[in-house]
Amino acid sequence: MSRHPGLNLDASHAPAHDQAVTLVFGFWVFMMSDVIVFGLLFATYVAMSDALAGGPGPHDLFELRTVFIETLLLLISSLTIGMASLSMKHERDDARLFIWLGLTFGLGLAFLSYELHDFASMVEKGGVPSRSGWLSAFWALVPLHALHVSAAMLWLVVIAVQVLIFGQDSEVKLGLLRLTVLWHFLDIVWIGIFTIVYLGELG
Amino acid sequence: MTLHQFLDTAFGRLGWDALPFWEIVRHPHDGKAWLNGLIASGAASLVVFGALAVVVMLTRRRWWRSLWSGWLTSVDHKKIGIMYVILALVMLARGLVEATFMRAHQATALNDTGFLTPEHFGEFFTTHGTIMIFFVAMPFLTGLINYVMPLQIGARDVSFPVLNSISLGLTAAGAALVMVSLVLMPFSTGGWSGYPPYTERSFNPGAGPDYWIWAVTLSSLGSTLTGINFSVTVYKERAPGMHFFRMPLFCWTALCTSILMIFAMPPLTVATALLALDRYADFHFFTNDLGGNMMNYANLFWLFGHPEVYILILPAFGVYSEVFTTFSGKTLYGYRALVLATMCIAVLSFGVWMHHFFTMGQSAELNAVFGISTMLIGIPTGVKIFDWMLTMYRGQVRLTVPMIYALGFIMLFVIGGTTGIVLANPSVDYQVHNTLFLVAHFHNMLIPGTLFGMLAGYTMWFPKAFGFRLDEIWGRRAALGWIAGFVLAFFPLYGLGLLGMPRRLHAYVEPAYLPFTVVALVGTLLIVAAFACLCVQLWVSVRDRDHLSVRAGDPWDGRTLEWATSAPPPEYNFPVVPTVESKDPFTHEKLDGKALQSPDDWQDIEMPRNAALGLVLGLVGFLGCFGLVWYMWWLVVLAALAGLGAVIARSFTRNTTKTISADEVRAQYMEWLENVRALPLTVRSQESSRANNGRAMPVMKEQQ
Ligand code: HEM
Repeated sequence: MSRHPGLNLDASHAPAHDQAVTLVFGFWVFMMSDVIVFGLLFATYVAMSDALAGGPGPHDLFELRTVFIETLLLLISSLTIGMASLSMKHERDDARLFIWLGLTFGLGLAFLSYELHDFASMVEKGGVPSRSGWLSAFWALVPLHALHVSAAMLWLVVIAVQVLIFGQDSEVKLGLLRLTVLWHFLDIVWIGIFTIVYLGELG
Repeated sequence: MTLHQFLDTAFGRLGWDALPFWEIVRHPHDGKAWLNGLIASGAASLVVFGALAVVVMLTRRRWWRSLWSGWLTSVDHKKIGIMYVILALVMLARGLVEATFMRAHQATALNDTGFLTPEHFGEFFTTHGTIMIFFVAMPFLTGLINYVMPLQIGARDVSFPVLNSISLGLTAAGAALVMVSLVLMPFSTGGWSGYPPYTERSFNPGAGPDYWIWAVTLSSLGSTLTGINFSVTVYKERAPGMHFFRMPLFCWTALCTSILMIFAMPPLTVATALLALDRYADFHFFTNDLGGNMMNYANLFWLFGHPEVYILILPAFGVYSEVFTTFSGKTLYGYRALVLATMCIAVLSFGVWMHHFFTMGQSAELNAVFGISTMLIGIPTGVKIFDWMLTMYRGQVRLTVPMIYALGFIMLFVIGGTTGIVLANPSVDYQVHNTLFLVAHFHNMLIPGTLFGMLAGYTMWFPKAFGFRLDEIWGRRAALGWIAGFVLAFFPLYGLGLLGMPRRLHAYVEPAYLPFTVVALVGTLLIVAAFACLCVQLWVSVRDRDHLSVRAGDPWDGRTLEWATSAPPPEYNFPVVPTVESKDPFTHEKLDGKALQSPDDWQDIEMPRNAALGLVLGLVGFLGCFGLVWYMWWLVVLAALAGLGAVIARSFTRNTTKTISADEVRAQYMEWLENVRALPLTVRSQESSRANNGRAMPVMKEQQ
């Protein structure tokens, strides 16, 4: 019987395992196409990093302190969502799962709040996308990541509601497993943003 | 809120001037405005009345219910495949009409006497190119793969049936957007590649480029999802024993094409999304000022665009492989070489994109590198041509309709490929780039390559899908018409290109162009006649379906699994999942007397239930994008919320499959089997006659 790592489905339900393998594999393939999207946006960003057009540059606009806090928040949230999937794998206890999911959601929310604060302060200093090619590239790449995080948080809420209704059935488990993949992926993208967009420009 | 404000909010920037006859109202004394207005209104009425006629027919025949449950909400890969092909054929008709108009215009355009206005002509080549690529070739190949590939690998369906119907919904929404642009004008004039800064807001603030952006975006999203679905299906759903190197070549090409889709469609999505940001939110990716750079667009677009042409051609190569082996009664020559060549092409296709803009300022060294990588593609392609010819060598070749297409393909494709090698040389390209030489070259690849392949596949698998063959005589007329028409319509363009005639040309003063454009017009009319033959063929075949019936399912002495099941196949494809022991499994079964057996381990079959999600997302996608085109923001918000709601609601359904009992499966199968066993065997000389009942005597047995 094929088992999917990271997931204990009912042993009596062999087809569910095959399905799980296919579903999760399909999600990985989907992630691959998302990698292309982000990869191209990174490439565009790098290609346009000189296109300041006399407008404000990274030194005028970026605050490394908050970006660093955002990085920490997101990294910790990867840990907590990992704990959520572990708790789903080993226990049957909904309460514990909810704690980890709640923590993850909270960290995501904190991340987004800090990021919104960053965005707002950039706008205040005149760093709007219509100002230059470089700012356009920034505003396409970083907010797209934020949008992904928001979507992932919405998904997390949906999964939590499903746990309340259906318990931890195999659909819920598969959903959470895929959400975890997405969440870690967004973490990696953020590492890219942190190094290329922020450190790279300020360094 | 005053009435005026209300109307502004409700209709955005949609006004009377979007109506196709508005130019006539504005310039009632201008003959050209009349003519163009009448042409546009004619097209618009075709769309409106065509849609009305369909609605009336569905209502009068009370077909709504069966349309809903049998087709629109169906997640059966076979039904979805058929719907894709229907979409492609409808759009092909429009693309052809547009081509005819362009050819007629250019044949009369000496000294600016052509009958289309420049804007109208620009819309014609833009919609023609966009439609032919995104809404003819893509849906056609997606439909064929959808129908055939799961059957060939012995699967019950694709891995994600609901996702499959979402892909169809998004693609159809994009096509619908292009159709609606005939009624509420205008469409873009920026060509199928939509190059900024021409398509930027500063040059063209109207709705045209926005139509193009959203139609292409919908289609690219649909195709990305399709690529994911197909590749996972090939990896995970193969029947026991169907090793990779036992897969029919069509499945290999389907796999390579879907991998290309996964990697090549996102660049297009990114390109159109960034262009949309430029237009809607005043970003500066591709503008002329404030640091924008249109080369970013050129790179993004062709990073998609070049793999795209291999997405278009590889499935056709797959079809030809099946056609040559089936209609030569021989196993495919050089199977492994063909697989390897397919893979090579798929990989190389990502390394050549710059040859689409040799003239746009990069260094000579870089051009040389990309020129050489482009020429390299000729090698695996040449390997394929030889393999196909050697497949025919000493085979029992039958000149059926698919074979006529395939032979026409070999001859014409080699010519088109050679001109590609010529163009791959940057210094030559400097002379002929952006001329009709290029237009001749890529049509020479797309029509004999992709389109003939699709038509060959359509003819070959039609009997599998509907249980009766297509009429042979009309099919031959169509095939020969396409071949002759193509030669007449496009070979003159090589000459025109060498004479220096630019592409997308609205008017010219060089009399030497004239004879060539007239011949090209004649060829185009021949192609239109060939398309008419296809329509007649369909009509005649439906009329005579009882005589053309092949319910036994194997009209061509097929070699692969799809021919082992009934025609049309049951929803679950195979009563019992087949076990594969070799390449060409069905041929071996027939020769060993193992075909048409009754298995003894019957099992219940679990199949996905119908789902309306694909339809809903298609509708929502269409409405949302329509709102974006006309700045009807309320519609955009509503559509986005509805789409999100539908996806979330769907995730709460648990009961997504239904079970078909083993008894029912057995009863159906045994009834079919008894009928088939009562039929006489058809020999190949009777293949095209009414004696062909779909129960084939294997060629090898005939020869013994
Ligand atoms: C079947 C008969 C066809 C005819 C007679 C035809 C004719 C034409 C003509 C006259 C043009 C404009 C050339 C110019 O720029 O001056 C054109 C452009 C084009 N055609 Fe076709 N075509 C046909 C089929 C196809 C097919 C099957 C495809 C693709 C699968 C296709 C794809 C294109 C594309 C991409 C363009 C470029 C549009 C642009 O300039 O942006 N055509 N065709």
